[in-house]
Amino acid sequence: MANNTMKIDVHHVTRVEGHGNITVDVKNGELKQVELAIVETPRFFEAMLRGRPYLESSHITSRICGICAVGHATASLRATEKALGVEPSEQTVLLRKINFHGEILDSHILHAYMLVAPDFLGVGSVIPLAKSAPDVVLRALRMKKLSGDMCATISGRHTHPIAMTVGGFTHYPSNDELYRLRERLEEARADVDATVELFQTLDMPDFERDTEYIALRKEEEYAFIDGVIASTDGGTWPIEDYRKVTNETIVQHSSAKHTANQRESYMVGALARVNVNHDKLHPKAKAAADALGLKPKCTNSYMNTVAQVVEIAHSIEDSIEIADVLLERGIQWEEPVPPARLSGEGVGSCDVPRGILFHNYVIEDGIVVGANCIIPTGQNLANVEADMRALVPTILDQGKEAVTQSLEMLVRAYDPCISCSAHMLDVKFE
Amino acid sequence: MSKPKIAFFDFTSCEGCQLTVIDALQTNIELLDVVEIVQFREAMSEKGEDYQIAFVEGSCTRPSDETRLKKIREQAAMVVALGACAHLGGVNAIRNRQELDDVRQYVYGDKAEWFETYPARPISAVIPVEAAIPGCPIDRDEFVMVVKQLLQGRSPVIPDQPLCVECKLKGNVCVYLRGKTCLGPITLGGCDAICPTYGDGCEGCRGLISKPNIESLKNALEEHGLSFEEAQAKMTMFLNYQMMELEKETAGNGK
Ligand code: SF4
Ligand code: SF4
Ligand code: SF4
Repeated sequence: MANNTMKIDVHHVTRVEGHGNITVDVKNGELKQVELAIVETPRFFEAMLRGRPYLESSHITSRICGICAVGHATASLRATEKALGVEPSEQTVLLRKINFHGEILDSHILHAYMLVAPDFLGVGSVIPLAKSAPDVVLRALRMKKLSGDMCATISGRHTHPIAMTVGGFTHYPSNDELYRLRERLEEARADVDATVELFQTLDMPDFERDTEYIALRKEEEYAFIDGVIASTDGGTWPIEDYRKVTNETIVQHSSAKHTANQRESYMVGALARVNVNHDKLHPKAKAAADALGLKPKCTNSYMNTVAQVVEIAHSIEDSIEIADVLLERGIQWEEPVPPARLSGEGVGSCDVPRGILFHNYVIEDGIVVGANCIIPTGQNLANVEADMRALVPTILDQGKEAVTQSLEMLVRAYDPCISCSAHMLDVKFE
Repeated sequence: MSKPKIAFFDFTSCEGCQLTVIDALQTNIELLDVVEIVQFREAMSEKGEDYQIAFVEGSCTRPSDETRLKKIREQAAMVVALGACAHLGGVNAIRNRQELDDVRQYVYGDKAEWFETYPARPISAVIPVEAAIPGCPIDRDEFVMVVKQLLQGRSPVIPDQPLCVECKLKGNVCVYLRGKTCLGPITLGGCDAICPTYGDGCEGCRGLISKPNIESLKNALEEHGLSFEEAQAKMTMFLNYQMMELEKETAGNGK
């Protein structure tokens, strides 16, 4: 029953509160309006940092997001270190990378297994899967436990890291602890293979729309911390020039600001990273990408989850290699590198599970006097809306229910830090 | 007897406490046999309104939060504050010392009036609360313990003693000796002194003990040649709401 007039309102939990709402309005076959509204309470972190001692910034900003806590803390530390002329040691850089991989793994496993897979297996949450597919659930739990323990070994806990500080660490794992972690990472290879096999059997919807993909890039490695901003449309920018790329605008329907670079919108996250940095993936991750049919440049946003699976393979392998280097050197007790000055401005950037983020601080006499933080979900909003505008006309004849489901799955694929990523949507038609 | 129904709700928060709950359930799967989760936005799509125990994460930061909190209160026989945001106001209350218009304008410029907000408060400032699980984030084991106690009909008690007690029992080297400030002497213990164990001073995320002796904290800091200003800054991170209430009380008594 084709339907050329429809109005879709997808509200989280109830119609008044909630965090992410989808509105689609079609009249006589013509798309009038598409909107993804973020009604999350504004958090005001930038204002909160003003007047605080520089050492507190990473502990305060990790509280922006419990899932990306390590990512925010790391970007925050890099911003402060650049402002105050601090060069962290090689050991610090290596430890931070393992910690970061722990968070990438934790977040990707949560998203791929617990939020996306139930969609394809026709259940409302991961809980019924415990009965119908216990091996899948146990594998997900095992991998998630490992990723949490990676962060706990390095920084005390994943949400919120304790031992990371400006210029280094306040606590170090013992060589034994690191060795045991390395053993478990090696054991996890079988789980990674099984994960790739599982996702080979899940058919992602066909939908192509070319857009600009933006991620950090480094010549020497697949970039997560530091580097330059790179675009699939060509061009690189030093991270200090982030404002030229993000061009934030404030829109009324969203407490998260919108961004646009060379086109009307751009995409960040795992798919953007694989598109920008496919050549830097670990060989095993490249093999996973081949097996899953993910070739750069991939322009199907639904494939973001597949790109996350590829990164799971990469993060496990890279962590094993870093652990080997650290074990070879032996963990040394180092005091954090002290600041060279107490005033300055710096920009820190990390590519966290959901995409590139920036922290920009101005510090005077050790006190933060200005701050700007740009989160990944905000950068993706305009692109999700552009995807919805392109997708809706092509599937309109499938009826409201199918359109709604496709849109929910699309939003979920982006893995936004908002409620529409979880399976909690009230669907209302007028 | 049918299983008690429990539900999770979030207000202004980072959702880290709910994530900790997910992690805690993963390693304590037996809990799922004795309770029925009817609402948990982060993990499932099912949604029931017939809950008896409500766990609430996050602070109250806008008028519409109050309406929602009151609705939860009407339904639930028991409301539990989950984590520092709900228990104390948490980091959200940092901005309570700043002018509200200034805060909004700094982030949203001339579009500031589009976004509704007011000073952040713990949920107990809006509705009566039976219990609180402190921490930013909550401690996994403590969460499991509290749930078990609630199911046995007991109200959970956290011993009213400062963090220093367990920190010393753990054999940690006091961070004062490493030249760092720490709020351990005035902070409610129970987190296994995790921050000092990882080399950092306590920031007070579990809240104040019932009779915090700020003077003796000051003396201890001075003895170690540490600045009280740094400690004071720490007291306005997680404890800002509590400190501002204390200041109001003292000012009131002075009159
Ligand atoms: S108490 Fe801390 S971890 Fe929990 S929701 Fe609030 S900010 Fe997040
Ligand atoms: S480190 Fe902090 S909690 Fe531990 S003994 Fe010293 S002051 Fe007390
Ligand atoms: S040591 Fe202090 S700041 Fe750290 S978790 Fe315990 S109470 Fe919170």
